[in-house]
Amino acid sequence: MGDEVLSIDGLHVSVDGTEIIKGLSLTINLGEIHAIMGRNGSGKSTLANAIMGHPAYEITSGEIKFRGTPLDEMEVFERARAGMFLSFQYPSSIPGVQVGTFLRKSVSAVRGENAPSARDFRKELKGHMEALGMDKSFLGRYVNDGFSGGEKKRLEILQMLLLNPCLALLDETDSGLDIDALRVVSDGINSITPTAGSLVITHYERLLELVKPDFVHVMIDGRIVKTGNADLAGELEAKGYDWLEA
Amino acid sequence: MSGDKARDAVGDYRYGFHDPENATIRFDKGLSEKVVRDISELKGEPEWMTSIRVKAYHRFMEMPMPTWGNCDMLNQIDFDSVTYFLRSSKGTENNWDEVPEDIKNTFDRLGIPDAEQKWLGGVTAQYESEAVYHSIREDLEEQGVLFLDMDSGLKQYPEIVKKYFCSVVPASDNKFSALNTAVWSGGSFIYVPKGVHVEMPVQAYFRINAKNMGQFERTLIIADEGSSIHYVEGCTAPTYSTESLHSAVVELIAMDGAKIRYSTVQNWSANVYNLVTKRGVAHSNATIEWVDGNIGSKLTMKYPAVLLRGEGAHAEVISVAYAGKGQHQDAGAKVHHLAPNTTSNILSKSISKNGGRSSYRGMLQVSPKAHSCRSKVVCDALMLDADSQSDTYPTMEVGNSSADLEHEASVSKVSNNQLFYLMSRGHSEEEAMGMIVNGFFEPFTRELPMEYAVELNRLLELEMEGAIG
Ligand SMILES: Nc1ncnc2c1ncn2[C@@H]1O[C@H](COP(=O)(O)OP(=O)(O)OP(=O)(O)O)[C@@H](O)[C@H]1O
Ligand SMILES: [Mg+2]
Repeated sequence: MGDEVLSIDGLHVSVDGTEIIKGLSLTINLGEIHAIMGRNGSGKSTLANAIMGHPAYEITSGEIKFRGTPLDEMEVFERARAGMFLSFQYPSSIPGVQVGTFLRKSVSAVRGENAPSARDFRKELKGHMEALGMDKSFLGRYVNDGFSGGEKKRLEILQMLLLNPCLALLDETDSGLDIDALRVVSDGINSITPTAGSLVITHYERLLELVKPDFVHVMIDGRIVKTGNADLAGELEAKGYDWLEA
Repeated sequence: MSGDKARDAVGDYRYGFHDPENATIRFDKGLSEKVVRDISELKGEPEWMTSIRVKAYHRFMEMPMPTWGNCDMLNQIDFDSVTYFLRSSKGTENNWDEVPEDIKNTFDRLGIPDAEQKWLGGVTAQYESEAVYHSIREDLEEQGVLFLDMDSGLKQYPEIVKKYFCSVVPASDNKFSALNTAVWSGGSFIYVPKGVHVEMPVQAYFRINAKNMGQFERTLIIADEGSSIHYVEGCTAPTYSTESLHSAVVELIAMDGAKIRYSTVQNWSANVYNLVTKRGVAHSNATIEWVDGNIGSKLTMKYPAVLLRGEGAHAEVISVAYAGKGQHQDAGAKVHHLAPNTTSNILSKSISKNGGRSSYRGMLQVSPKAHSCRSKVVCDALMLDADSQSDTYPTMEVGNSSADLEHEASVSKVSNNQLFYLMSRGHSEEEAMGMIVNGFFEPFTRELPMEYAVELNRLLELEMEGAIG
């Protein structure tokens, strides 16, 4: 159990009274990368949001544990402070809040006593932004406000790198990214992997060639219907999902 | 995490402390012609001022209450229980050490002497009816800048006061301008000579300490041709269970090519009626900017106005209002385009929470001979819960078809997705709400001097948190 980062057991999740996740179990250990693939609307984002604790997603039965602690005892911000991170499929914009201020506040909220000094923070930030090809003018812009699709995804990855989570949930972070940014994303995931577990939701094999998942899960209608190794991603890309349907 | 916890939190008001009253002169409660004459006599005013006051008093008595704004609250005002004049110090000092100890302590707690040293060109501190402290930087004085409390202004420069007093806001403009003209005391008097740019802001700080007090300051700012000045005012009061009345009149005159910026962060306690008339005249190519923040008070009715009287003049009104439990912020802007090629921008942002109500009331007028005018009005309201209220009353009177006018209005709510996003980055619900609220006010906050901006952000964060010592 010492290496178990996330364990999900018999999970059912409803939105507005409609059941979306219909009995799902999954365990992620330290150092593992799991990929989830599945059609639009199959429930992938619902799973990610439910793990992070979005109030609209009601867990009707089953349990989720983060490093052994049941999550129903933790508020969203406590999950973040404990080391959970969600890279959003659709990040919200926060008008009037500057990226620089937001990142600094988030780093000190999540990393607490271990937060870097102002000087070290600036250094860290600069390094990551250069790697991500983000101009420093981003720091003065408002969080996700008027950002292009790819820019939003870069900001998500920048946050992941700064917050250094021990569980990273990445919901279609590769969508809309150009090939250079994709490489930075995969480098980012690979760099945290020794001390983290990751759940990568994607539609594309291209990312999975770069991050090399240990497991690929196929989700259909709120359930995991097949689990395989990295080769399964290529098979899905070639054959689609029909052959997996009961 | 429905947002309820954060939305229900009621912020404590940290300026609600009060000091013992050590009045040296205190008038009996209530208003009469005798009270008006006594104030004038006590101050040793010239006869013409006494007669302006007395006339204004009669206008006040005759005029009805406004029939808009918040009639229920207005009609609760008991003019007979208000103290119209209270002197708490021998005079106006220019050294903080000479200011009576308890009053000095108050301003220390409010951080005024500190701010003065760091970033201000001059300070006036008014306590109850009169200024207790006043200073101006020597270099400004040497350039001929006059910055005095209004009573001293009248004594030392009666001809200037006589020329401009009531020239922008006539006594009979509205019931409360009549009241102010009758019983005014304190406020600032500023004259900036031709071509002089006052680089550092000058500040006035208004503090009501006594119960049932009426504060009626009167401010007159004249910026001569091609000059500029930034005036900042702050206001606080103790929290009492009975109401106090703050009814000021501010008149600004920007001569050709001059620029006046007037910034306010009003943070009265929730028992203060804040009924203020603010208006400026901008001559050719002059600019008047009102940067007006209303956070406190029980009822505020205030619509900073600009008369664009000279060709090419420009008006800018940026205002924010925060209405919490039991508060009604009825604020807005009025711009009158009276000359060709005049331009104006109005941005109004309001937040309502815990059943608070904020209203935008605006007037945009373009006179028939004012061709080629441009104006843009933007009103944004943010509602933090379903019991709160926001409404807009925009009026446009356009007499010239060449005008280019834009109007945008929006009402929005804090979304659960925004809160969730911020919380997923380690911020508690209250912190997340504070960030969203500060972000919403950012277009206003960034116009304030840094120290005020920091203070305002902190204030709003506390409002969201609801628990502080
Ligand atoms: N907040 C919500 N309110 C209403 N319906 C929702 C909500 N969230 C998800 N759903 C519904 O749940 C189902 C699963 O949605 P989800 O976003 O989890 O799919 P997904 O697998 O992430 O799809 P995609 O590949 O398009 O991102 C969909 O039918 C969707 O409409
Ligand atoms: Mg999705």
